[in-house]
Amino acid sequence: MTIKDRMSGNQAIATAIRQINPDVIAAFPITPSTEIPQFVSSMKAEGLVDTEFIAVESEHSAMSACIGASAAGVRAMTATSSAGMALMYELLYVAASDRLPIVLAAVNRALTGPININADHSDSMGARDSGWIQIYSENAQEAYDNMLMAHRIAEDPAVSLPVMICQDGFITSHAIENILIEEDAPVRAFIGEYVPVHHLLQPDKSVGVGPYSISAFYMEMKRAQFEAMRNARAVIRKVSDDFGAKFGRQYGMFEEYRMEDAELAVLLMSSSAGTGKDAVDALREQGVKAGLVKLRVFRPFPAEDLAFALKDLKALAIMDKSDGFSGNGGPLGAEVRAAIYGVHDGIKTINYVYGLGGRDIRVDDFFTIFGVLEELLDGRTTDRVRHIGVREK
Amino acid sequence: MKKNPMENITETSPWQDLTEGSFVFGEGNSEFFNTGDWRVRTPQWNPDQCRQCLLCFPVCPDSSIPVTDSKRGDFDFAHCKGCAICAKVCPFGAITVSRVGEEESR
Amino acid sequence: MLELRWHGRGGQGAKTAALLLADAAFETGLYVQGFPEYGPERMGAPITAYNRLSQTPIRVHSNIYEPDIVIVVDETLLKTVDVTAGLKPNGKLLVNSGREPSEILAAFPDFGGAIYVINAADISIRTIGKNLPNTPLLSAVVKLTGVMEADTFFTNMEKAFTEKFSAKPEVIAGNLLAIREAWTSSIQINE
Repeated sequence: MTIKDRMSGNQAIATAIRQINPDVIAAFPITPSTEIPQFVSSMKAEGLVDTEFIAVESEHSAMSACIGASAAGVRAMTATSSAGMALMYELLYVAASDRLPIVLAAVNRALTGPININADHSDSMGARDSGWIQIYSENAQEAYDNMLMAHRIAEDPAVSLPVMICQDGFITSHAIENILIEEDAPVRAFIGEYVPVHHLLQPDKSVGVGPYSISAFYMEMKRAQFEAMRNARAVIRKVSDDFGAKFGRQYGMFEEYRMEDAELAVLLMSSSAGTGKDAVDALREQGVKAGLVKLRVFRPFPAEDLAFALKDLKALAIMDKSDGFSGNGGPLGAEVRAAIYGVHDGIKTINYVYGLGGRDIRVDDFFTIFGVLEELLDGRTTDRVRHIGVREK
Repeated sequence: MKKNPMENITETSPWQDLTEGSFVFGEGNSEFFNTGDWRVRTPQWNPDQCRQCLLCFPVCPDSSIPVTDSKRGDFDFAHCKGCAICAKVCPFGAITVSRVGEEESR
Repeated sequence: MLELRWHGRGGQGAKTAALLLADAAFETGLYVQGFPEYGPERMGAPITAYNRLSQTPIRVHSNIYEPDIVIVVDETLLKTVDVTAGLKPNGKLLVNSGREPSEILAAFPDFGGAIYVINAADISIRTIGKNLPNTPLLSAVVKLTGVMEADTFFTNMEKAFTEKFSAKPEVIAGNLLAIREAWTSSIQINE
């Protein structure tokens, strides 16, 4: 039976971890994900999990320990944010190229400079090319549900890639909200046992992990990672469908909100999508054909499906919670535009940078953005990139 | 002779034939790599001058000095890369080194 | 939807109070949000926390700019923080203070809504034995929101305290006394 509860996003992740009962968690605390290892070590002390909790001395070590544990054939997890993730970057690439199904709970926080503890996506966007699957969550419920799906996606033999489940720091990680929690037994049945094909602890079958790869092999290895990331699309759909059939909450690569006949839409990820939906409802009442697309899976990037979902739009605002500093807008803007380029060139697009370092975005801000979409349509503006919520002269 | 479990993977293998995550199967695979091909200098062992002190074999980076019953034998030239560290440590001048193709005293 | 904003200082428990209110409202079947807004991570720095309480699922994830109720946990903030900013004209303001009503009223010459005062510090010292204003404040806030009856609230809190203080059951009675006393202790000081 589904349990109605209320908890924060971090508590939701901790609940999922208790149910997953991973073999190893290696983590170093950093705001706003600190509570996750803290909850895990309490659960360990209370005997609620058998997890080996490794209190490492840095995030570099946390991911290194996860790599070692995963190579040894067990479920390994960690949690981090911001500068902590940056300290892991090198090892994130190693985990992905070693094809180890490690799962990371990312609580998105601005990547320092100036130092700031609040939410934006600059940390995980910095890791977007590391070869990890990235799934973003709107609220505590989605963080929980995505975490329950993470291991099945990561461990699928057609994928064998690490997965990070992202949620917005403080906005959802520290906000108490209503949530539906599933019982332990069906959750464990859904996740299943992990049976690695090869691992380090087989006495009769030696294996070496992480060898140097000369140029003659390196590109072939990267080509194989590309294939695994392509395969992940079907696996994510399949696991999400199974999850929906079992627990009743449906997920795809992205969510389309009031998109059936939408002419103007915004596309974004994570917590602000909920705020955007309230704005869309209000605009619909005024007769504006507004819609919203919430991207759930950023890696692998569902380019073809997204292009199809956007095809009937007249104008689209792509909203990035990190700048990227290309001087031409954020990473989401670039990827979405690339997805529709040459396929649906009639759609006018603008890229918004918003919510950096915890800058709040309100329903009113979405009204402003939809207003600018109208301007884009009738030619009053041709801007490609704008910021919202920033003080300007 | 021991079989190399990775022998089917070569520099012409398509990406589909490589192992997932570049895992390397089997132990002691280094013996399948004949690093002796790389040798630009060749050590010569003179058994008459050798006192079997065994200072040479532990310093060999390529384990190319075989030891049986506490006595060293001639070099394993399939793997010796000719670094000549053995010649440097030998107190008795029992190892001399020549460049490949020309005689050279140490 | 009812929206509340809490003003306190880091370490005083304004965030905890907001989370407790979310818990209490959740028990009545409402959809809830309780969340903090962090500024400088320092003890004593002004902090803001928020609650949304609704009959329907809550999707919005922005801060609250036009609250129905504002709670001032620490009256020293009145000098530096515009606590009534955006507060709805018919909204309610609850101030934790032991000062004379006239002094509190003097701080809000332009606010037209109802102003309530509770001496939560005094109640907590007498009932719990320490200056822990959260518990009595929570009681006064629940009453102001009207989301549940006194008896329901007391029963829920007894359950919550029994769980929360399972390691030190001796403090349960004092906390329960605090919420009972506080329920009737907040008074409106204007017309």
